[in-house]
Amino acid sequence: MEPTDVTDPNYYHRVVDCQWACPAHTDVPGYIRLISQGEFDDAYLLNRDSNVFPGVLGRTCDRPCEPACRRGRVDGTPVAICRLKRVTADLKGDITDRLAPIPEQKNGKRVALIGAGPSSLTVANDLAPLGYEITVFEKFDQPGGLMRSNIPNFRLPAEVLDEETGVILDRGGVEVRYNSPVTSLRGLLDEGFDAVYVGVGAPRGKELDLPGRHDEVESHIHIGIDWLESVAFGHVETIGKRVLIIGVGNTAMDCCRTSRRVGGEDIKVMARRPREFFKASPWELEDAEEEGVEIVVNHAPKRFVIEDGRLVGMEFDVLEWDEGARHSSTLDTVVVPCDDVILAIGQENAFPWIERDLGIEFGEWDMPVVDEVTFQCSRPGVFFGGDAAWGPKNIIWAVAHGHEAAISIDNYCSGTPLTDRPAKGLNLISAKMGMNEWRYHNDYNPSPRQQMTHVDLTERFSSLNLEVELGFSAAQTAREAQRCLNCDIQTGFSASACIECDACVDICPVQCLTITRNGDEADLRTRLSAPSTNLDQTLFVSGPLPQTGRVMVKDENVCVHCGLCAERCPTAAWDMEEFTLLTPKAGTSVLHIPVASSANEGRN
Amino acid sequence: MPSITKPLIPLAPLAKNDLGLTIRDYEGAMSTLCAGCGHDSITAAITHTFWELSTPPHMIAKLSGIGCSSKTPTYFVRGAHGFNSAHGRMATIATGAAAANRELTYIGVSGDGDSLSIGIGHLAHAIRRNVKMVYVIENNGVYGLTKGQLSASADIGTRPKKGDANVVAPIDPIMLGLAMGATFLARSFSGDKEQLIPILKAAVAHNGLALIDVISPCVTFNDHEGSTKSYRFMREHEVKEVLTDFVPEREEINVAIGGPETRSVTMHDGSVITFRSVPEGYDPTNRISVEEYIRDHQRLGEVVTGLLYLDESAPSMHEINHTPVEGLNKLPFEALCPGSAVLEDLMADFR
Repeated sequence: MEPTDVTDPNYYHRVVDCQWACPAHTDVPGYIRLISQGEFDDAYLLNRDSNVFPGVLGRTCDRPCEPACRRGRVDGTPVAICRLKRVTADLKGDITDRLAPIPEQKNGKRVALIGAGPSSLTVANDLAPLGYEITVFEKFDQPGGLMRSNIPNFRLPAEVLDEETGVILDRGGVEVRYNSPVTSLRGLLDEGFDAVYVGVGAPRGKELDLPGRHDEVESHIHIGIDWLESVAFGHVETIGKRVLIIGVGNTAMDCCRTSRRVGGEDIKVMARRPREFFKASPWELEDAEEEGVEIVVNHAPKRFVIEDGRLVGMEFDVLEWDEGARHSSTLDTVVVPCDDVILAIGQENAFPWIERDLGIEFGEWDMPVVDEVTFQCSRPGVFFGGDAAWGPKNIIWAVAHGHEAAISIDNYCSGTPLTDRPAKGLNLISAKMGMNEWRYHNDYNPSPRQQMTHVDLTERFSSLNLEVELGFSAAQTAREAQRCLNCDIQTGFSASACIECDACVDICPVQCLTITRNGDEADLRTRLSAPSTNLDQTLFVSGPLPQTGRVMVKDENVCVHCGLCAERCPTAAWDMEEFTLLTPKAGTSVLHIPVASSANEGRN
Repeated sequence: MPSITKPLIPLAPLAKNDLGLTIRDYEGAMSTLCAGCGHDSITAAITHTFWELSTPPHMIAKLSGIGCSSKTPTYFVRGAHGFNSAHGRMATIATGAAAANRELTYIGVSGDGDSLSIGIGHLAHAIRRNVKMVYVIENNGVYGLTKGQLSASADIGTRPKKGDANVVAPIDPIMLGLAMGATFLARSFSGDKEQLIPILKAAVAHNGLALIDVISPCVTFNDHEGSTKSYRFMREHEVKEVLTDFVPEREEINVAIGGPETRSVTMHDGSVITFRSVPEGYDPTNRISVEEYIRDHQRLGEVVTGLLYLDESAPSMHEINHTPVEGLNKLPFEALCPGSAVLEDLMADFR
């Protein structure tokens, strides 16, 4: 193999599994270390830099980082990254004076953002400090988008959302027009904005057109996200005792748990397929079951049973699935009696307010055609992001889109080609403090993942807004933070200094190092010290070693970043180096950021 | 010494041996030797050897004397028996232990100071008795523990880190072994586990004393320009005399044995050692030609490594002295202590 190019930001970035999996590339190990040091403000701000809403995401994120976490490959359970993020929000002080100031002097460019959800607010967050005048159009009377309307308060308290939207909207540079749904894009464009960003989400819940759907006199069949929205804004305060939820995504979980708090007693989530095919996150399923919600699998809805104009139940086919749940056969048909049904089978985009003669091309499924890099549609100056761009994803994706769209808008308004985007960079700084002393806690902590404490079930339903998760205690925080393996503290290797004494190879607790003759990747993987079991993880390969011309190979798979290789190295050929990914934001210089470290001199 | 103990990682994808143990089960305490010490690499080679041979840890006895080398048995096979003896006396303790219980696998780890200075007499006698054991000399040419004075194995002309070059002829443990009638003589290099591990395996299988002289650079006091026992010098001057494969008795022997460039010797336990790439005219069972070969290369400033001499026909201490097959701890009391009448008869023989 060719020597690994560690000056490519993507190499070390990929080693930090959580950061690589996070759409917004949050510096997870970095903020967890700051938590360990008690620097909660710094930890919060480091989070905010990439994900903008640490308090919200620390409670509601879909957590793509956790399945990726190396700790999962090391002891079976990932670090509770999401809940540690919440810790930074819970324990921080006032950070407003540390945010980028909003200049008095504006740059003369006006940008319209449609919708006050996570992606629009991210665009506002990035552009307001650059002097843009931002106008946000919001259909409700409060900001937050789906974070406000679809995530129940018992999961995300309103104060947390108010605070994190407030620091974006209330510091100047941003005007929000509440109760102002945009009904015509043409009308908006006529207002002469320099750029328009569409961040309206996927606001339409999917319909289930089965017999009986439209035969009710009073409506007891609800569309999930609309119903959640009605509860969130106080328009609905009760539901029948027996509730069926159709669908098994996270919205279904929010519907069933909300039902439990507004009068539902016998609540069933009805699923067509077996449990392993559910879309809901496992932890949300567990939380629902803890609250007494029954999850019924292999039941396909067939018709709504309406008697005298009143919903009395729903008929299901009971299915049996083959392996892999591709084909089913019907075993039986049953009627499950109920008072209300909530449909939570997905969301769709809807753009009835975009005139089709504005030069905005619509493609498959009547979705706008949006460039995946620039987020611009076929009409220059109009950008899409979040769920509005490519359909429902989740908050962290919306934030990631917002950052990228802000770069495009900034380029567009300053006459720079949209494809001329600032490059990712990296910084490497030695973590060495002295002889076998490091700037991070390098020992492996065998603690198991800390369990989140919940409010007692007896108290939990006393108020619709009582937050269920209590957050981590100080002891839990300390323990969980130490479970992080510090994957961003990289094992930097200088081939020229190596004397091939084997000390690093011998000391490695997971046998991830090998000194051997070079070969192609498939060949090298057969000759490693420990069996190569994870082909998704990269191999680091050095240049030829001075004494024998062999190469140093490192299988990144389960390296625990303990630093023993560097401690046992007599020539400091190994060093532990803190890697920082420099993620470009709107306003970042277009120039490529060079590797700003002496640690890399003479590398390979 | 490292800041932390080598952690145990629950799901590390480590291979298992026939006993279901991973290499981590054959490790010992954390080494307190200097970072990069050749001895640590030998420790790792010994760890690998016993793991690969699936030797039950409790059937191993590890012995040593005094010195950096003699600290190392602490660093491998924590489940083994151990004895850290007085300076230079490892061979005597090993002899006694082997006489008392020949069921264990004995491995003694010594250094050039422990074995070629203070303990050379004991080494000579252990060779003469052909004690069944693996005798490793971790040879770095200096007294590392006392800050780097040249030892009895330092070559003429080699320079210590400070002071004048050596003028006294070295003692070569292989030559000593040839002269004393040793039955298994090998030399290797700590930086070459591909060679060292098969030699260690062969040594474990050998019926008698297997002496392995392992050049083991002292990174702190003897790894500089002018040293003849540095990593760089060894990599530039090592001549691999023969390559060795070790085939344990239980594995099907399917490597081609024979042919012009290979020689095979069947060990007493049924395992086979195959010598590959044997130089023309080299006979690893001929004491006189081996000695000549080593001397010729020494004159060229080259260090010949490999399993240099092997005599599997000689009886070990156990055959010579008719020691019981089972350890003394397993003999019934009546056999171990036959009573005063038997003692009287025995004494009568000497009167």
